[in-house]
Amino acid sequence: MREISVEKIREAVEKMCGEIAFVYPKDVLQRLEKGAQREDTPRAQGALQILLKNAEIARDKHIPICQDTGMAVVWLKIGQEVHFVEGSLQEAIQEGVRQAYRNQYLRNSVVDDPLFERKNTSDNTPAVIYTEIVDGDRVEIEVAAKGFGSENMSRIQMCKPAQGRQGVVDFVLETIRLAGPNACPPMVVGVGIGGTFDYAAVLAKKALLRPLDQRHAIEEYARLEEELLERANQLNIGPLGLKGKCSVLAVNIEHFPTHIAGMPVAVNINCHVLRHDKVVL
Amino acid sequence: MRKIQCPITEEVRRTLKMGEQVALSGVIYTARDAAHKRLSEMIRKKEPLPFDLKDAVIYYVGPTQTPPNAVFGSAGPTTSSRMDSYTPELLDLGLGAMIGKGYRSPAVKEAICRNHAVYFVALGGAGAYLGQCVVKAECIAFEDLESEAIRRLEVVDLPVFVGIDCCGQDIYDE
Repeated sequence: MREISVEKIREAVEKMCGEIAFVYPKDVLQRLEKGAQREDTPRAQGALQILLKNAEIARDKHIPICQDTGMAVVWLKIGQEVHFVEGSLQEAIQEGVRQAYRNQYLRNSVVDDPLFERKNTSDNTPAVIYTEIVDGDRVEIEVAAKGFGSENMSRIQMCKPAQGRQGVVDFVLETIRLAGPNACPPMVVGVGIGGTFDYAAVLAKKALLRPLDQRHAIEEYARLEEELLERANQLNIGPLGLKGKCSVLAVNIEHFPTHIAGMPVAVNINCHVLRHDKVVL
Repeated sequence: MRKIQCPITEEVRRTLKMGEQVALSGVIYTARDAAHKRLSEMIRKKEPLPFDLKDAVIYYVGPTQTPPNAVFGSAGPTTSSRMDSYTPELLDLGLGAMIGKGYRSPAVKEAICRNHAVYFVALGGAGAYLGQCVVKAECIAFEDLESEAIRRLEVVDLPVFVGIDCCGQDIYDE
């Protein structure tokens, strides 16, 4: 049994939530730069140049890349040999989020009741928390800050098994096309295939956490990711929807076994501000 | 890049063409979902609005908190379509222009044409860059809405594109 203080969890969550608002992950920045080289209209190229300039200002002057600093999503992989001490794990995570958003002057974007009062909680809590018990004595904490311009354009469909690969291609491309300028392209697209209705959506969100240069380990899925990326970039959405070649930076797929009768497909859209980070304790 | 002064008179609005990039300076007001809901309720109750709508420019933005010693935080556009159900009413009452991102509904386009208004699109996700164009900010209404409160902003050279011009030409339909 290994004891870990929940204070370590709080610290890690605060640090990551605080940092990801200001600095693009390297893989995203590289793809934005590559995209700018490929665009041939002044408008599309100019839009990407402004995004790159924006990244510099955010990093150098410590201003959030985007004003929507997101709803925090925290993934914990907890080794079964771990025993948390010195307080509540749940509260430590929420406190980490609370302090990051307060101390870094991020935007509080969470309302308490989704339907009726919609009053701002004023500290960006609660975070959405996923926990998974795994082997070992370590804890992996991964934090994402999900903006809602793109979240709102995400979709799920309970496809029939007979729809097969083509069904997935059609649904993903249709979702990207409908997202268009609203999702702040160039987007990153997470696709979840299989599981249940709810788990497909979780898989789609998990897919967004994978590095953009890392293709799916299974070749058929890797090829599907590449085909979807290529075809999505032929939709002429362009940076910020201003037409062009750079509409999607990457398509990542995660899959899971499913029922004989079904093939759930979820598409979680992220804007170019793909904020996430990970630490292992 | 052509420079445009806000508020924007109808005479100037009529000269703006879809796709054109312009730099906005002057006074604009922030308002997004919750503020629009309240403005709409105030109109229904015939209460005076927190600012004069005539030729005014509304920026759909919920900025990050302003750190000490800074003028403003990160401030890029939010998705305009969430304001669509409130917009025609505001345009008919004199609103001159809106700044946001993404598609507008047919009803909004019609109201833009009817009132010779204009819809600008700003670059989504460029909040740090766009926030730097704000030289003065003051909360004038609904402070309890925090990021969604109405703020009076003075901006200098805020870069935007003409998204829908007064003839209803739409940058996303090109």
